Amino acid sequence: MASSDSGNHAPGAPRRAAAGPLWLRYAAPVAFAPLARRMTPWFFAAAAVLAVAGLYIGFFVAPTDAQQGEVYRVIFIHVPAAWMSMFIYLVMAFWAAVGLAFNTRLSAMMASALAPTGAMFTFLALWTGALWGKPTWGTWWVWDARLTSELILLFLYVGFIALQAAIDDPRRADRAGAVLAIVGVVNVPIIYFSVRWWNTLHQGASVSLTAAPKMAATMLTGMLVMTLACWMYAIGAALWRVRAIIAEREGDAAVEEQSGTERGGRTT
Amino acid sequence: MWRALKGIFARDLALAWRQRADVLSSLVFFVMVVSLFPLGLGPEPATLRAIAPGVLWVAALLSSTLALGRLFAGDHADGTLEQMLLAPQPLAFLVLSKIAAHWVAAGLPLTAMAPLLGLQFDMAPADIAVLTATLALGTPALSLIGAIGAALTVGLRGAAVLVPLLVLPLAIPVLIFGAGAVDAAEAGRGAGAHLSLLGGLLAFALAGAPLACAAALRISLD
Repeated sequence: MASSDSGNHAPGAPRRAAAGPLWLRYAAPVAFAPLARRMTPWFFAAAAVLAVAGLYIGFFVAPTDAQQGEVYRVIFIHVPAAWMSMFIYLVMAFWAAVGLAFNTRLSAMMASALAPTGAMFTFLALWTGALWGKPTWGTWWVWDARLTSELILLFLYVGFIALQAAIDDPRRADRAGAVLAIVGVVNVPIIYFSVRWWNTLHQGASVSLTAAPKMAATMLTGMLVMTLACWMYAIGAALWRVRAIIAEREGDAAVEEQSGTERGGRTT
Repeated sequence: MWRALKGIFARDLALAWRQRADVLSSLVFFVMVVSLFPLGLGPEPATLRAIAPGVLWVAALLSSTLALGRLFAGDHADGTLEQMLLAPQPLAFLVLSKIAAHWVAAGLPLTAMAPLLGLQFDMAPADIAVLTATLALGTPALSLIGAIGAALTVGLRGAAVLVPLLVLPLAIPVLIFGAGAVDAAEAGRGAGAHLSLLGGLLAFALAGAPLACAAALRISLD
């Protein structure tokens, strides 16, 4: 994700004892906390700007859909949320695997920080899907393959969060969560295809999402801008949360002290 | 190594035999859950036939998840698990042998009991045979997948609630293909494809789950 790359471009902190390239220096949670604090507002600001732009395109520029009327406009939040929900699970599993393989604490913290955001997007995708389904399909919920696998994804997020919450020792929580995330990510394709197949066996072609006509260019633009907004929000929220996790584990003092030297380093 | 595996297998079976009540209670749970459905949905034979595969499979899934608590808890409490971690044999194989014993004590009774419950649901004999075959293939996969959850939660408070939360989403494919096979057989489409997929899931779980379990146990007992 952008967080580790951005370390390259961030204003250099005063030279520390830590050896190695600049971005590895930020692998230390205490060094990363101030960086995360400085980057968080930027990502949130980008999210806000993009969201305003995306919503403007979505509500004022994009034309009314010929078949669905105004209802279709929920896709400007629904589709980005659904994409992010799946993407964040992959990113989370990636950081969990990195944390497990290289025993880096920050990666594991990143995985824990991403989980609530991912669960939030999954829930949002389900909720907005229901709001869209009621006027369009005439029902809040159908056991469609996509809806069902999204629901199972929510269960996977909940399991991850619950497991980490149940373990008192943070390092054990990190690594147990990592094993679960990796097992989950191996299972996701199996679950997806089994649900899809189960669905085609059980249900006739009652409703189909795939028959949608080609999307107008402005609709696609709005959706992509909103996706970027969600992405920026996810990064911002994860950084914000990871800083809170660092403060919790390393102690507020460690984080504050470090950011104090950071400030001092920049003024001198 | 073979001796160690056989030793663990025999020991776990002996322990299960001495605590027959535990084995029986998860079996009785299975029977009870299945029996609740006719009470809840009415005794219409056509309805019961239609829901039988799903009901039996969901009940088997719940019952085998419930039994997972026993898998590592006793060995964790008396320190055997730590000895296993220190043993020269690869932990994944030792765990596999424990899971096998667990399946014989928990999954096999369910499989053996299923035909009787199938009769209660007015299933045709051929369908009952398919149901039993799916359970014979599916319950080992459930034990293997569930063992990961059990290993991750060893020694945690609230493990009893946590294990189903972790395991049930991962077990969904097994449920789908298990119940799907019986459905397909009832509809006369032939259960072969589903049974092959179920076998594939079992093979995959057999290859992957012991490794994940071993990693999880090392983390839990760190």
